[in-house]
Amino acid sequence: MQTIVENAPTNSTVSSTPTTVQPTVVIEANRSWWRLDLHELWKYNELLYTLCWRDIKARYTQSVIGIGWVAISPLVTIAIVTIIFGYWVKIPSDGLPYPLFVFTALVPWLYFSKSLERASTSVTSEANLITKVYFPRVIIPIASALSGLIDCLVGLVIVIAMGLWFGITPTWGILALPLFLGLALATALAVSLWFSALHVRYHDIGAIAPLLIQVWMYASPVVYPLSMVPEHWRAVYSLNPMVGVIEGFRWALLGKVPPDFSFLALSAGVVLVILYGGYLFFRKLEQTFADVI
Amino acid sequence: MSDIAIKAEHLSKRYMIGARRQRINTLGELFTHTVSGFFKTRSTPADEGTTLLKALDDVSFEVKKGEAFAIVGHNGSGKSTLLKILSRVTTPSAGRANICGRVGSLLEVGTGFHPELTGRENIYLNGAILGMRKAEIAAKFDEIVDFSGVERFLDTPVKRYSSGMYVRLAFGVAAHLEPEILIVDEVLAVGDAAFQTKCLTKMGDVARGGQTVLLVTHNLGFIANLSKRAMVLQRGQVKFVGNSSAAIGAYLQSAAGNKGSCDLRGHAGRQLGSTPSMTSVRITDKDGLDKQSFSAGGEWQLELEYACKSDVRLMSAGVFISSVSGIGVGSFDTFMCFPPPHHIPSSGMIRFCIPELLLCPGEYFVSVGLMLDQQHAYDQVTRAISFSVETNDLYGTGHMLTTDHGLCVFKGTAEIVT
Repeated sequence: MQTIVENAPTNSTVSSTPTTVQPTVVIEANRSWWRLDLHELWKYNELLYTLCWRDIKARYTQSVIGIGWVAISPLVTIAIVTIIFGYWVKIPSDGLPYPLFVFTALVPWLYFSKSLERASTSVTSEANLITKVYFPRVIIPIASALSGLIDCLVGLVIVIAMGLWFGITPTWGILALPLFLGLALATALAVSLWFSALHVRYHDIGAIAPLLIQVWMYASPVVYPLSMVPEHWRAVYSLNPMVGVIEGFRWALLGKVPPDFSFLALSAGVVLVILYGGYLFFRKLEQTFADVI
Repeated sequence: MSDIAIKAEHLSKRYMIGARRQRINTLGELFTHTVSGFFKTRSTPADEGTTLLKALDDVSFEVKKGEAFAIVGHNGSGKSTLLKILSRVTTPSAGRANICGRVGSLLEVGTGFHPELTGRENIYLNGAILGMRKAEIAAKFDEIVDFSGVERFLDTPVKRYSSGMYVRLAFGVAAHLEPEILIVDEVLAVGDAAFQTKCLTKMGDVARGGQTVLLVTHNLGFIANLSKRAMVLQRGQVKFVGNSSAAIGAYLQSAAGNKGSCDLRGHAGRQLGSTPSMTSVRITDKDGLDKQSFSAGGEWQLELEYACKSDVRLMSAGVFISSVSGIGVGSFDTFMCFPPPHHIPSSGMIRFCIPELLLCPGEYFVSVGLMLDQQHAYDQVTRAISFSVETNDLYGTGHMLTTDHGLCVFKGTAEIVT
């Protein structure tokens, strides 16, 4: 939240120029939706910050524990998973303490799943904005995906603390963490763009998203290590971008096996394709949002 | 750079309504639709039952920079659709518009307010949503707070605000947006009288301060005061563009036909969902002769003719009188006048009578309607016909009543007690 406040003065110096130049807006029946219009998106960066900040703020006001819930819910999940998979089923964890092994994966995973769940209904729940004021609608799912990062950061701090407690100090690999965080963000955003646009028209998405998340979790190495996946399936398995993200997190924070970077590149490639397609799809559909919402 | 702020050319907006070919809302429907479409050899393009609603039909106009331009029209005439297109909320089906300058809309004040956030936070949030920069909001923050008068509650979540405070704060933010083009839609109906006056003053300042204002309101007095030019929309089409007093005339014409009687078939004021069955309405004097202008205290009669299918059981027919500025003056119906059972024939003529019309001088509208029961209207036409009340010496003291005396004449008495 502080970063938003600090950003203000730097932006305000830029803002003095648009008032002198009057922008001409052309409203046409058929906008060319294949144009990315990223500069227009950038003009609304302050709105993006504000919506993120509102999401975070509104999520934790009037709650006694507030941001503490960010820590509590994954801890409960870890306890359950550790008992069932760690002690009962005895799933191997690459020689790491099982709770730590799971938590490292849960941080990006929970970020992804919660963002996806929130973002898929985000556009619909902003119906009052969409029918009243103009701004690039893409900002809504982007803000949704970004605002989840705060939870993720809190989770990271806990993982590092937990690692220290288990006697694992972070290696230089931790410097690569922002890269994997970025990949997690891109993955969440890519899927969210498709889902949030579809949700405006088909409310079924509201039911499909949680199902997909459930299946996706077991298709990602959250509760089990990648080494359990048969060698010849690894390439197909790595098409799931969350595999790269989770393996990357484990490597960056716990420093065991470095991820296979060719598979990681494959994951990133898949994400970029979904992200680009999702953006265009969203832009195509956003023209009718106000009419069908 | 030209001096045109808004240039709209042939704007149209069509909606598909009707039973067939309707929107597919669930994936299941999408599936069945796709499958059935696959097996149908050649789907009929214009399926029966589909209606193409032309919300806007070839609308062209220009607004100069610094001009206050008003748009008037009945419900469903396309005003809101036009504003939505101009504020880029929705896209037109055809045509184009050039807009020069930042557009700020007051389509509905309080857009994006979050109930959990405090007044202070909502000012920033709302400002950002309306397109203000953070630095701009900070610079105007005190002004906004002053204007809305909520300084004591700045750090209270707005969900605990009274509705009046909420609206004041919302309008405060919107009014300080100061875009080059301001779109105002019916915001003045909110707040108490003192706050409304404040808003009017602010709007006046804005309109006179060189900002381009696009105004949509039912308050014809407001239009006459603030804007020089106006456009009348009727059923999505431009009926008139010109100076505002002529536009008000054209609007009243379209509203009523400035005669004592009016054909209701195909009337522009018919509410959506009505089954057109009222055929004509006629305002007369006590002798049953068409009359358009009355003097206060005179007898007023209205004859409503209608014909429904014989199996329609109507409960009542009624009239509703409102002032030019949209204020409801009074209403009555057969339900009030007749003892139970409250039925009226399925077709015929009903005469409504006000023995003593105690209204101040001015222009008044009459809306008429047929009701099936207390909640469900069968046919409703708003502002079906208008009549005027002329200034006269009702008290017999030589004092002429004017529009400044309000809407209602009390015909009161006064005595000096001491």
